[in-house]
Amino acid sequence: MLGLNKKDMTLMIVVTILTLSAPFILNPFPTDSAMAQFNAGYPDLMQRFAIFGIFAIGFNILFGLTGYLSFGHAAFLGVGSYSVVWMYKLLDYNVIWGLPLAVVTSGIFALLIGYVSLRRSGIYFSILTLAFAQMSFNLAYSVLTPITNGETGLQVYNNDPQVLMGANEATSPHLFGLVMNSSAKVGVGAWEFTFNNGYYFCGVIAILMFYLSIRIFRSPFGMMLRAIKSNQTRMAYTGLNPRPYTLAAFVISGMYAGLAGGLLASMDPLAGAERMQWTASGEVVLMTILGGAGTLMGPVLGAGFIKYFENIFSKINDTVLHSWFSFLPDGLEDFVVIIIHPFIGKGWHLTLGILFMLVVTFLPGGLVEGGQRIAAFIKNRRKKDDTSAKTEPAE
Amino acid sequence: MDAIILQILNGLDKGSAYALIALGLTLIFGTLGVVNFAHGALFMIGAFCAVTLSKILNLSFETIDPTQTDFLGNPLKVKTPYMESWFGPEIGASIIDWSVPLAILFSIPVMVCVGFIMERGLIKHFYKREHADQILVTFGLAIVLQEVIKYFYGANPIPTPAPDVFKGSFDFGSMLGFDPNVIIYPYWRLVYFFFSAVVIGGVFAFLQFTTFGMVVRAGMADRETVGLLGINIDKRFTIMFGVAAAVAGLAGVMYAPINSPNYHMGMDFLVLSFVVVVVGGMGSLPGAVLAGFLLGVLESFASMNEIKSLIPGIDQIIIYVVAIIILLTRPRGLMGRKGVMEE
Repeated sequence: MLGLNKKDMTLMIVVTILTLSAPFILNPFPTDSAMAQFNAGYPDLMQRFAIFGIFAIGFNILFGLTGYLSFGHAAFLGVGSYSVVWMYKLLDYNVIWGLPLAVVTSGIFALLIGYVSLRRSGIYFSILTLAFAQMSFNLAYSVLTPITNGETGLQVYNNDPQVLMGANEATSPHLFGLVMNSSAKVGVGAWEFTFNNGYYFCGVIAILMFYLSIRIFRSPFGMMLRAIKSNQTRMAYTGLNPRPYTLAAFVISGMYAGLAGGLLASMDPLAGAERMQWTASGEVVLMTILGGAGTLMGPVLGAGFIKYFENIFSKINDTVLHSWFSFLPDGLEDFVVIIIHPFIGKGWHLTLGILFMLVVTFLPGGLVEGGQRIAAFIKNRRKKDDTSAKTEPAE
Repeated sequence: MDAIILQILNGLDKGSAYALIALGLTLIFGTLGVVNFAHGALFMIGAFCAVTLSKILNLSFETIDPTQTDFLGNPLKVKTPYMESWFGPEIGASIIDWSVPLAILFSIPVMVCVGFIMERGLIKHFYKREHADQILVTFGLAIVLQEVIKYFYGANPIPTPAPDVFKGSFDFGSMLGFDPNVIIYPYWRLVYFFFSAVVIGGVFAFLQFTTFGMVVRAGMADRETVGLLGINIDKRFTIMFGVAAAVAGLAGVMYAPINSPNYHMGMDFLVLSFVVVVVGGMGSLPGAVLAGFLLGVLESFASMNEIKSLIPGIDQIIIYVVAIIILLTRPRGLMGRKGVMEE
């Protein structure tokens, strides 16, 4: 169905159901319980899951399939955000104008940057993309201030033209009147579920983008991209020129990033240059690797994982820790809290860095490979066969 | 003419920092073949060695001085650094004043240790992996080191002054026979330049004129053959990693008075030093040094008002533009060896 085989269709359906029911699934704890702080079912975070999921899926099309490690994808994210905010300023708050423009402009940027950067491969490619992204970031901060509004960040002002603005149109991003940041709250017993327009908008787009990425993965084009990763020279000797394929992959992933940036601006009508900084590019690399580069679900998982723990870890403080470990004897309790203290709250990046190093060192296939290994391990134990635990290559 | 000299001088100190970091990066790449994204973090740790030493030297105890009273009439608590009580007030005060130069001695063993631990503990396992994996794991390490420093020292820059003798500026122009007050140059930047020249010279002399250096150079050219000759090249390369870490650390120590150390200074320098390495030619030591100074000077020229009015924003991007042009026209860099990482 829909050009997918049975296995992919199942995956697609599971992803769709999970995405659409996220407000329930991510909200497993009653509102007043002590565990409520682990709920992720609030709009802001769920939107981030979907948006950074799109970003990582796009990045994965380049890195996962062709193996070209770009350290400059945040530039496209920024371009996307700026385009959407400019459409708010010139036309009106309807996101329908901005998002296609975000995709197109970031596509053009990706074409230009990719055309130049893809002349080199390996580490040179990484450094070239890094250089381009830093260049865009520096320009956005300094000379391009008329377009980007420099350090303040681009936002909508009262004296902007907004030519299409209707008389009683919403004054925040909306889709034909469907206001993004409005949500319906449904209370069921002790639970309260929030259904946010913005989340569902991002979620539906994310599902479409996920579908697109499955199709790319399974297409002959995706095959070509894999051929580039495994052996570019051999591909060239078979008479195929790898460059158009890599360039296409680069542009596609740039467009994904632009779309993600556009969606960021659709949820919150702001765009700042810091979105283009190279640490932001590093973040999407982290997400993809952590989840599992080259796999379908990996990047989404990685994005969700990082965004969720970023939120949760930052919230835990010493008081919370003390209440968790209160069953331990006093001295031991203090000791445990002191040990854990550097890794929580503001120390979240430390945890992330350590986790990332561990994943790269021991689990190059990311969380997906980890899951497969565990599954294989359990299967083996159940069978009690002496077949050795074979790990499937991350796929 | 005087404006040109001024810009060259201005570029030299930044160029020296680039050159030192790029030299270390190239040493690591040339010997171990590892792309070290954590090198900026080593630079930062060096700067924090200076901070730590100045904090240690400033450790003091409180005594109650009955001869002095505060505004309420109570006896005043006087803080006396241990240094002053041990060595007498004058020598003690000057030791504290010279904390940054003293940190050079302090930082070398620290940085060599850090380098050894990094190489033996982590990077050793990545020789056979792809460059992308090396980049990723050292990137993770850089984040970790940065966060550890942030945990202990906080997020704010910590001012670490240079010794009083080197504070202020001097009129360099009048020495050369230009009009006075045209070329004013801070003392410490000159010190930094000479210091880095000495370090660079030292590293080159070490590689050129010692047997150890000769073996290392042979290993850089053909690792396998050197290994077959019965030389434990891995051990020597580990030591070179320590040397590279020490070079980055020294660059950081001496940079502390120019720019107050903060936890992300390493990352800021890292991107630029990678660009420097690429421009100079991956694996070429003279290339790294040359490109470091060249880009430093170019950057300061680009920030001249005359040039900025011609091409607005050029000062922000000049380094990247140069790097892009070089990479596209001469992929092996200015002085890169033929066939090394040329793809």
